[in-house]
Amino acid sequence: MGMKSDIKLIDDNGLRIDGRLPNQLRPIKMEVGILKRADGSAFVEWGGNKIIAAVYGPNEAYPKHVQEADKAIVRARYNMAPFSVDERKRPGPDRRAVELSKVISEALESVIFVEKYPRTSIDVYIEVLQADAGTRVAGITAASLALADAGIPMRDLIVGCAAGKVDDVVVLDLNKEEDNFGQADVPMAIMPRTKEIALLQMDGDMTYEELTTAMEMAMDAAKKIHEMQVEALKRKYIKEVDEDD
Amino acid sequence: MEGKIAIRKIVVPGEEIDEKGKPGNGVFVENGKLYSAYLGIVDTRAGYVNVIPLSGCYIPKKGDKVIGKIIDLAPMNWVVDINAPYYAPLHVNDVPWRVEFGDTGRYLSIGDVILAKVSNVNELGQVWITLKEQGLRKLEGGHIIKISPFKVPRVIGKGGSMIQMLKDYTGCRIYVGQNGIIWISGPPEGIITVIKAIRMIENEAHTYGLTDRVKEFLEENRGESNGNEE
Repeated sequence: MGMKSDIKLIDDNGLRIDGRLPNQLRPIKMEVGILKRADGSAFVEWGGNKIIAAVYGPNEAYPKHVQEADKAIVRARYNMAPFSVDERKRPGPDRRAVELSKVISEALESVIFVEKYPRTSIDVYIEVLQADAGTRVAGITAASLALADAGIPMRDLIVGCAAGKVDDVVVLDLNKEEDNFGQADVPMAIMPRTKEIALLQMDGDMTYEELTTAMEMAMDAAKKIHEMQVEALKRKYIKEVDEDD
Repeated sequence: MEGKIAIRKIVVPGEEIDEKGKPGNGVFVENGKLYSAYLGIVDTRAGYVNVIPLSGCYIPKKGDKVIGKIIDLAPMNWVVDINAPYYAPLHVNDVPWRVEFGDTGRYLSIGDVILAKVSNVNELGQVWITLKEQGLRKLEGGHIIKISPFKVPRVIGKGGSMIQMLKDYTGCRIYVGQNGIIWISGPPEGIITVIKAIRMIENEAHTYGLTDRVKEFLEENRGESNGNEE
């Protein structure tokens, strides 16, 4: 972000570096129930991002002092694999991973009926296998699928989506180059039914008008991503039946 | 097993339910509309709209018969894992034996499996279980498998029809705990067939005409295989 470069991110026809229109998403693939041992799991391929999410619980929370007497706690862990980026990343949580784990936990907690399971913890593990900008929003999308798969009661599925500003144009779903050399990146987590926002961060700067446009773009995209999520969840059960024929 | 199998309507969390009725289990109301809280199937009965989850953990209910494993001993009680988010204590007053203080290990030790009843649950999720009732006991030998607790009613069938059929075809003794733990005892071939049939029920729980298909499967598989699950 903010790096000066000669790369032209938007060409004369208004197309982006990967040939997308400003309000076009990267291709997204979703699959639910890929891990046998987890209570719920999902795999999301979002452009160049490859992310696995697994959910365990609700289980009694330990150590005991983290328990909440009247509700469940949601503990998400966002982790990037050492091989997920160009240059080997030192394994283990760093400043960025700790921050993302915290904001993702809070975003997920806002849709889960936590009061149904007092004294428990719901553990969400988000593993980034391949990163290509926008991993936190893809991670949230995968985590919400995994939570639904684990049979955890929720107010809504949660959808992650990013927007940003590149070469003075507001664009949806930034890729690696646009993220590195663009002007702003706004990751968001949206509840598509109520249009509530569960997470909003901004890296770089935008005017108020640009931010409003970016948010509207993300809202529209959230609807599309939500449809894909619903389709992925339903497909799991339809497939299970067909396989046995 | 030819052609397409009819599937019950599946809903996802936050999906609006297009049915009239009072909100039941797995359903919440916002602005007078009904929404599903789970990934599950819609079930309308007696004026209530329910969503039966397709997966999830077991939440103990008073009166449920469950199968649990002893995981710890204390002077006055045993700690039992009943596949719920919380462990359940079994107090020495709730067993049919007279147990001296500190002598719990003589009657039930770690790893033993019991068929127990949930005697009480409170709003904090604490659970108490009992063995003091006819038919409740320690289970010796046998095989144990786990299924999703929401699929237990399908394994039992209407009025116990499915479980009775499994018993009749294989000659096994089967106990199904409401918590999704199933205990099977009998000839090895029978156990293998029962496990396969239960896995089949589990995978196709949300379809119609399941009993007939399981019956067909049992007719075909009267014994054979090597003893390994899956």
